[in-house]
Amino acid sequence: MQAFSDRVLCSGGGQRHGLAGRLSDGRERESFIVADETTEITLASRIESIAEAATVASQVASRLRLNEEAAFGLDLAVREAVTNAVLHGNRQDASQPVELAFTDDGTELVVTVRDRGEGFNPEAVPDPTDAQNLLKASGRGILFIRTFMDTVEWSRHPEGGTIVRMTKKR
Amino acid sequence: MAELNVAERQAGDVTVLDLSGKITIGEGSVALRSAIRRLIEEGKKKILLNLGSVSYVDSSGIGELVSSFTTLNREAGQLKLLNLTQKIQDLLAITKLLTVFDTYDDESSALNSFK
Repeated sequence: MQAFSDRVLCSGGGQRHGLAGRLSDGRERESFIVADETTEITLASRIESIAEAATVASQVASRLRLNEEAAFGLDLAVREAVTNAVLHGNRQDASQPVELAFTDDGTELVVTVRDRGEGFNPEAVPDPTDAQNLLKASGRGILFIRTFMDTVEWSRHPEGGTIVRMTKKR
Repeated sequence: MAELNVAERQAGDVTVLDLSGKITIGEGSVALRSAIRRLIEEGKKKILLNLGSVSYVDSSGIGELVSSFTTLNREAGQLKLLNLTQKIQDLLAITKLLTVFDTYDDESSALNSFK
């Protein structure tokens, strides 16, 4: 099956405008539009997509003028959520998309990440700060998301896959 | 440019790895893992990681630090951390790993601690 190729789309009501015209590495930005307060991007399920998601997160943070601490937290939460989607949700099947969206209403930033996986029970994830888990090599991503975002919840998407919805007060 | 640059120097029987860049999932974490494995193969098991120029660490990077620590312990070696940035210190506090790692703000104290 053909691999997903990067970013797609964006929509939302109102006037559309692009972010800065070029990516940080000088490549021309293609088909990536910010529509008012919503930014959407579809990524292939591969490790490289995690850094791409973080780049978009930092652009959103910059556009919303988040302070450094909030921008760092957003960046990390997005990395961790997309990492989970790529590794655990879609199991690095590059044909399976990860959909990332940022929506801001001026008081709250909402970030959603959707994968096509079977989902999981976040309450069943072991607490990485328990003494018996401290020396485990993995399992800290959800802790970082919970720490740096104000709310986080997981749900099943009606058309399949899992959505994590994270919010951060402005 | 590589995501994580690893420069090695020797201070007595302690190997100092000066890290710069990001320890994140993929290339950065792999670079650290490879460096630690190579040192162990060379019999260099007293390792001080200088994190002063590490700009970013994610949960995978934190996991790699933990793996490095446990691998060295298993091999009767030691891994210690030098020059934690505020962000890394915060992440280690959140994960309660500050109590696990031996951390230092100055290199001479860190080097002396291996003796």
